[in-house]
Amino acid sequence: MTTLTPTKEILPPPTERITILGWMKKNLFGSIGDTILTFAAGAFLVWLVYSIGHWIFFSAQWAAVTDNVHLFMKGQYPGSEDWRLWLLLYLLGLVVGLSWGIFLKRAETVGWVLLIVPIVLAVWIWSLGRQSWMNLLLIDVLAIVGYFLGKRYPKQLARPTYIMILLYMPLVILLVRGFGENGFLKLVTTNLWGGLLLSLLLAVFGIVFSFPFGVLLALGRQSKLPALKTLSVIYIEVIRGVPLITLLFMGQLMLPFFLPSGIIIDRVIRATVAIIMFAAAYMAENVRGGLQSIPKGQYEAADALGLNGFQKMTFIILPQALRAVIPVLVGQFIGLFKDTSLVALVGLLDLLGIARGVLANPNYIGRQLEVFAFIALIYWVFSYGMSYGSRRLEIALGVGER
Amino acid sequence: MSNENKNLSGDPIIKCQDVHKWYGNFHVLRGINMDVQKGEVVVIFGPSGSGKSTFIRCINRLEEHQKGHIIVDGIELSHDVRNIAAIRKEVGMVFQQFNLFPHLTVMQNITLGPIYVRKWDKQKAEEIAMQLLERVGIPEQAHKYPGQLSGGQQQRVAIARALAMQPKIMLFDEPTSALDPEMIKEVLEVMEELAASGMTMLVVTHEMGFARAVADTMYFFDEGQIVESGTPEEVFLNPQEDRTKLFLSQILQH
Repeated sequence: MTTLTPTKEILPPPTERITILGWMKKNLFGSIGDTILTFAAGAFLVWLVYSIGHWIFFSAQWAAVTDNVHLFMKGQYPGSEDWRLWLLLYLLGLVVGLSWGIFLKRAETVGWVLLIVPIVLAVWIWSLGRQSWMNLLLIDVLAIVGYFLGKRYPKQLARPTYIMILLYMPLVILLVRGFGENGFLKLVTTNLWGGLLLSLLLAVFGIVFSFPFGVLLALGRQSKLPALKTLSVIYIEVIRGVPLITLLFMGQLMLPFFLPSGIIIDRVIRATVAIIMFAAAYMAENVRGGLQSIPKGQYEAADALGLNGFQKMTFIILPQALRAVIPVLVGQFIGLFKDTSLVALVGLLDLLGIARGVLANPNYIGRQLEVFAFIALIYWVFSYGMSYGSRRLEIALGVGER
Repeated sequence: MSNENKNLSGDPIIKCQDVHKWYGNFHVLRGINMDVQKGEVVVIFGPSGSGKSTFIRCINRLEEHQKGHIIVDGIELSHDVRNIAAIRKEVGMVFQQFNLFPHLTVMQNITLGPIYVRKWDKQKAEEIAMQLLERVGIPEQAHKYPGQLSGGQQQRVAIARALAMQPKIMLFDEPTSALDPEMIKEVLEVMEELAASGMTMLVVTHEMGFARAVADTMYFFDEGQIVESGTPEEVFLNPQEDRTKLFLSQILQH
């Protein structure tokens, strides 16, 4: 008869030493089929990298891009007013640095600021002369200073940082647009805005305004008031049934017919409103998905505590619902950023509009590949940045929960 | 600890008269009459689907009754939103599934109601929250998230959260049914201490040991009606109705 002897010591998990050769044998050359696949894929990769590299460094003629980098970056925005854009970028560096230091306490994110930001901005170096090195350096230094300040004094700086974030958007409008005929901050009309500047403005305003609008629509759709509910449903379903380009055309071409004569709404504003209206309908459906994922017990617990409807939504339901749909929302933000390129079709000179303009210049005939590769790279950098940021945000918000 | 030292006469704090409720065509509550005195501990038991949970959820209007009167602390529950808000301030509730807010720390869970409903300042709310966490035996968990606690600890936080509003009445909706056996005891101990402190409690539970120890009055629900009521001695030792005898024999067997 055997008895079970209880194990006295607590055993460590078995360790497995993985060598590079062992890993290769297991994952690359496990069988004949694997080996063939490994060589085939390897050969294909080498060929691909060689072809692309050869094209970038030897065949491609980058003059269409390098001659016009300032156009790609800011359109016809007057050079004398460049300092206004730089000022905004300094502030952005500072705010981003501060937020990182205060809200995300991971050292690795410094690496992000140190490495990626200068690389992203490196394209500016060509366009804006030697002085831009100093500007870039200053943005970087401000971001790093902000990071360490935020890390050192998170309590004291949290409120000023929030205020700066809130004031940043109005400040963007004030500085980019300006006012008055001439003088210190003279008006730069929107037909001079272009390139990445315009694309980013459309995307940022689209995101910032469509988000609360979408949340309200989602709440409206769940509302117990029939009128509110019906209106929300009609809005969402009508907008979702129409392509964005149609909304843009209606805004640019049809809206003027309906407005009383004498009232002219700026073209950029019309495009922005069309983008916001379009994005909000999709946002609403994504947020609704989040709202539906919240168990009934959360509503009941909030009710039982005596919270009113507004408090229940603000403190209990929305924080959880929105956190649940961060990946979806960021996916939508990325889509929205890329969709702003449609404004080129209604005659605005965003990144794509500038690209089309440059290609229309007889000096750069046949340089489509270079130009489109360049703007694709810009779109990719920003989209990937958003994607990366969302993953960090999820990690930061997910700590210790559920 | 039972009913000897309590004065259970006078004006009841909860008055229910002929309460009816339907889910569609299904008649869940069929004329419930119940008076609860201040400081009384009421245990409600009965088979599942008998309407006992629905009934106590009517008392803070998580469910709406369609006929009859429910008067809590002198305020009648009606469609008037102000009445509902006033009653919810005075009635705390503990749920079977805890229903803690997973995105808030234990401390934030407890102080949310006092800060936004009672309008206390944060410092006062946090002091009282710490006292309550000590009372339920887990002061060291104040800054963790609910997901980091065991079920028993979560339910004790839920009790502290309800108590932080300084309610006059506490409702417990099967508070131990979702717990592992070894955690039931720690929650029941907190509830026994609360009963001893003179809190008015309505408890839906199958924990007959708890009922025997602390209940002043027990109500047996079946098919939306009160079949039998009385002190624990009366109900356990001398049940009058066959339905009660059968149910008790089933749940006391093991």
